[in-house]
Parts: sequence; structure tokens; C-alpha cells
Amino acid sequence: MIGNITKKEFKELFTLSTLLPIVVIAIVFGSVGNVIGNVGETLKEKPVIGIVDMDSGDFSDIAMSVLTEGAKVIYDGSDTEGGLEEVRKGNGVALLVIPENFSQNIYANQPGEIEIYWIMKGAGMMDSISSGALEGLIQAVNQEISKELIQQDSSADPSLVMSPTKRTETTFFKGKEIQGLSPSVVGNMLMSQSIVIPIMVMMLIILAGTSVISSMGLEKENKTLETLLTLPVRRSNIVIGKMIGSALVGMILAGIYMIGFSRYMSSFQMRDINLADFGLALGMPDYLLVAVSLFVALLAGLSLCIVLGTFAKSYKSAQTLVFPITALAMISMFTTMFKDFDTIPAILRIIVFAIPFSHPMMAMRALMLDNYALVIGGIAYTAVFTVIMVAVAVRIFNSDRLLTGGVQRRVARGRLAWGFRR
Amino acid sequence: MKAVEVRELVKDYGNLRALKGISFEVSEGEVFGLIGPNGAGKTTALRVIATLLQITSGSVTVFGYELPKEAGEVRKIISYLPEEAGAYKNLTGMEYLNFIAKFFGDGEKFQNIIQKGLEIANLGKRINDKVDTYSKGMTRRLLVGRALMVNPKLAILDEPTSGLDVINAQEVRRIINSSVEAGTTVLLSSHNMLEVELLCQRIALINDGQIIASGTVEELKREYDARNIEEAFVKAVR
Repeated sequence: MIGNITKKEFKELFTLSTLLPIVVIAIVFGSVGNVIGNVGETLKEKPVIGIVDMDSGDFSDIAMSVLTEGAKVIYDGSDTEGGLEEVRKGNGVALLVIPENFSQNIYANQPGEIEIYWIMKGAGMMDSISSGALEGLIQAVNQEISKELIQQDSSADPSLVMSPTKRTETTFFKGKEIQGLSPSVVGNMLMSQSIVIPIMVMMLIILAGTSVISSMGLEKENKTLETLLTLPVRRSNIVIGKMIGSALVGMILAGIYMIGFSRYMSSFQMRDINLADFGLALGMPDYLLVAVSLFVALLAGLSLCIVLGTFAKSYKSAQTLVFPITALAMISMFTTMFKDFDTIPAILRIIVFAIPFSHPMMAMRALMLDNYALVIGGIAYTAVFTVIMVAVAVRIFNSDRLLTGGVQRRVARGRLAWGFRR
Repeated sequence: MKAVEVRELVKDYGNLRALKGISFEVSEGEVFGLIGPNGAGKTTALRVIATLLQITSGSVTVFGYELPKEAGEVRKIISYLPEEAGAYKNLTGMEYLNFIAKFFGDGEKFQNIIQKGLEIANLGKRINDKVDTYSKGMTRRLLVGRALMVNPKLAILDEPTSGLDVINAQEVRRIINSSVEAGTTVLLSSHNMLEVELLCQRIALINDGQIIASGTVEELKREYDARNIEEAFVKAVR
């Protein structure tokens, strides 16, 4: 008996429409994972660096030996500018400059200074892997120098032994020169400023998208669609009205969610760093661009959802149709969180650009770095995407498709039944 | 002017031909019935006239407006009641009538439409309850009210009393008749032969996508030497 019920439930629930969105999500995530690459592989790779050793003393020799063993040194000379150029060309992480009096200072119980010129490629979580590896190497340099200090003089100043070097840092990131901050700090700073938008966009798209797809499912389930389509109102007005209604619902729901989430995120804010000091603050026109990007992305998402919603046969089937939208929003969110648009592989860059929800997610960080072309291009693309999707939706609303999804079979069955009655 | 003129109407769903070149006319002010079994093509014909489905071939005009070219104009003068229609469950009956009425007028005209809708639906205080709480009969009365309150020139009613008990069905028929007296032309479909005899001045018998006979009830009974329209239908099909 249980087996019989189980079999019926399985057949009822395990349908193609249930399976297909999950398979698509699995394939998409799998592909994205492959394209992004393996973090483990990246960690195994030696960081690419340049070194300018102006000291050539005992301790700089130790530093050189640790660095050349643990990193791939593509420049070893005496010209800082030339070294920086080489590191940039060689897609390196940083140029380390050991000044003339490095060893002398340590012998004089002063920490030796290392100047680090970071070449930051992206502000995503995975973009800082290489700089993280170099941070580890600098720690190793410190350890080796500490070891040497203890071997030479066991009564050496403990504070010097603990920290035999100090560093001055300059990070070059997309044309900006950020003094005193390492890439991980810059990355965290940008992340803390721009993480709210991707999550808000994702929630907004999912909540508003669910509303519009469910609305289409409900229209069919409640048998209200036919009446709606015979009312004296243009099909385009029906489509736009549904989109605006769903957008309002989505914004209210996402707003409630974001109140709680913003409170949560505010506990991670780095309050002691002023973005304006590093030329990273946004002005009013920037915020306006973010708002426009968000608005057109919402419209694009809803127009896509309304097209998907036309495939919904009922409220239940509408729920499964939300999965592709969720997957797209998640791909955008995770990709833009883990990697910068400029540092992802070309194929993934195309995918991310093609997903309209990506643009508001990337907008804030891009504007901080004065990448207006990406933001304005994204807005233009998303607007065109929306217009096309609305046109497709209106075309579907004008066709038989909305009402005749399963009519052919029903008509055939009806005729068969009449034939038997006769 | 004819209310509806259908000429050689063909409708295909993919490879399946649902209507095989049907032709009929509905005169202004009459009640015309499309009669046939399930799957005969009644609903398809009504949906085409109600601007919901595209025409494969043939022509359809409603009060002189040609479909699909002038579908927007047609929608202004028709009202369609599908067989299994529903109303928005989270709205009250009153909110639902308001929603529909706003498409047809504002100010005094809007008030008159609502007043008529309330009279036809006749739901008393329950009109302020959510549609979700209505019985099937109440929902159907609300929907008939919705369809006829706008004084359409043509009311297209697909199985208007489908699933209703005798009392509710009789009430709906009374409402349809009073609308016709007020000047509405009615095109309805039914497989309830008694209802057809009670409501329609003229009927067309449809089977397998084809009209097999048409005329007044009396003409068809005479033609097929039948005691009632049901018998006439069975003979016509054979």
C-alpha cells in the first residue's frame, strides 16, 4: 500500500518541469565553476613579483633568498619604475623594494623597511589569492630574519625579533594609487561598500520575479486570464501593469529584508577608513547611475519573468519556473563577489554581462573606480534587453500560446470521448 | 447590421483542425446558440470571436469590425464569460466589479455600471466578502454580473449555467433574458438542450468542427421530425 502511494507521489512530483530547471541550474553552476577555475590550483601557483634590492646586506640577502624560493621573480634590478613596469607586463602581484639601509637599521635595533608596490587586478574575493600568498612569503621573510637575529645574539631586543621588518604599501588599482593600504584591505573596503547592492538585487529579482510568475500561474489556475484578455485594454498595458505591480511587491518585500540585512552588514563596516581619502567615494551622479541601473535591471528581470510566466500552467508550475531566474541572479551575485568583471575569463565575462541583473551588482564598485563605460553600457544593454523581452511578452499575449498550451491534447481527448459516446 | 458574421472559419491547433470552415450569422438583439458535444469546437469558435484566438483562415466580423485587425474595437463592445471562469480570489466581490468597471468608464458611467453589476450579482452584503469565500453559484452570479453590467453590444457566454443547480441556473437565464431586453445581443454555447430551447431564438448544431444544421428551435425540430432539440441533434449527427 505504501509502495503504491509512494509510486503515485513520485510520478506526480517528479515531472519534466520539476526536473528541467534543476538540471539547467546544475549545468550552469558546473560550467561557471569550471570557467572560474580551481582555487586550490591558484593557491599552488607561486606569486609573480619583482624585487629591487638596494641594500645587499645580510638581512636583505635572507629576504631575497626566501622570496626567490617562494615566488616567481620576474624582475631583479635596481630601478623601481622599470621594475613596476615589468611586474605590470608580467601580470605580477607586487614589486618589493628593499632600501639601502635595510640591514643597517635592523642591526641598529630598528625594523627594516620594505616598500611594497601592489598591482591589484580585481576587488573580488578570489582576486586577492595571489597577494595573500605574497603576504605569507613576507611573513616567512620575517621569520627567517628573526631566526638569524636570535642565532647572532640571543639577547636581541624581543620586539625587534618579533617584528624585524615594517612595510610601506602602495596599491595600484585601475589607475588609482592608494597609499598605505594593501589589496586585501582595499578589497575588503570595496566589498563592504558594494556587497549590499548585489544581495539586494538578488532578493529584489527573486521576490518580484516570483510575484510576476506566480501571478501568471494564478491567472491560469483561477481562470481569470481569458476575461482579462478580452477587456478593452492593450496587451502591452497588461504586461506593463503586471510588471509594475510585481515590482512594487518585490520592492516592499526586498525593502523589509534589506532593513534587517543592512543592520547585520553595518557590524562589518570599516568605519575608520574614509573612501574619499583614496578617491573612491561616490558622488550624487554616481548614486543616480546605480539607481538607474537597479531600476532597469528590475524591469529586465520582470520582463524575463513575465515571458517565463506564460509557460506556467498553474501556481505550482509557476514556482518551478522561478528557478532559472534564481540561478541567473545567483550566478551574477557570486561571480561579482568572487571576481572582478575584468579578472574573470572572457566566456564568463560575456555570460555575466548578458545577465541583466549583473549590472547593478557591479555598478557601485565600477563607479568607485571611475569605470563609467561598464555602468552606462550595462544600463543601455539592460534597457534594450527589457524592450525586447516586453515585445516578446506582448507578442505571446497577442498569440494563442497563453490559452492553448495543452488545448491540442484536450481537444483530441474530447473528440475521443464523444466518439465513444456515439 | 449583423452582430456577428462568421465566414468559412478554420482554426488549427498545430496539426489538429478544431474548426473546419464554419459559417453563421447572429442578428442584432437575438440570442444565438452554438450547440454541440464536448470537443465539437464551440469554445474555440467563441474564443475566436472574443478575440482570444487567432484565425487560421476565413473571416469574422463583430458589428462590422473585422478580426483580428480591429480586435481592440471589438473588445470595447463585447463581454466574454468563459465556461470555467473565475474571479481574483483575494479581491472582494465589490473590488472585482470595480476593477472591471474601470475599463469601461468613469464618473457617472462607472457608478451606473457598478450599480447594474450589484443588481445582477445580487449577493447582498456578501459582495464585500472575498471571492475566495463564495460558493460556486455565488461566483457564477458575480461573473454574470461582471459580464453583463457593462451593457455590451454582444455578450459571448460559454456554457453560462455550467455546474449550477436548478435555482441558480434559472436565475442566470432570467438575467440573460433581461439583458437581451435591454438591447444586448447574446451568442452562447451549451450542451444543455433544455437551456437552449428556453433561451435561444436561433441555434447552430456543431459537431467535429463543422456546423451540421442551423435555424430556429422549431425549424430544427420540424426538419428532423424530433420531439425536442436533443432528439433533433442526435438525428442530425447520425
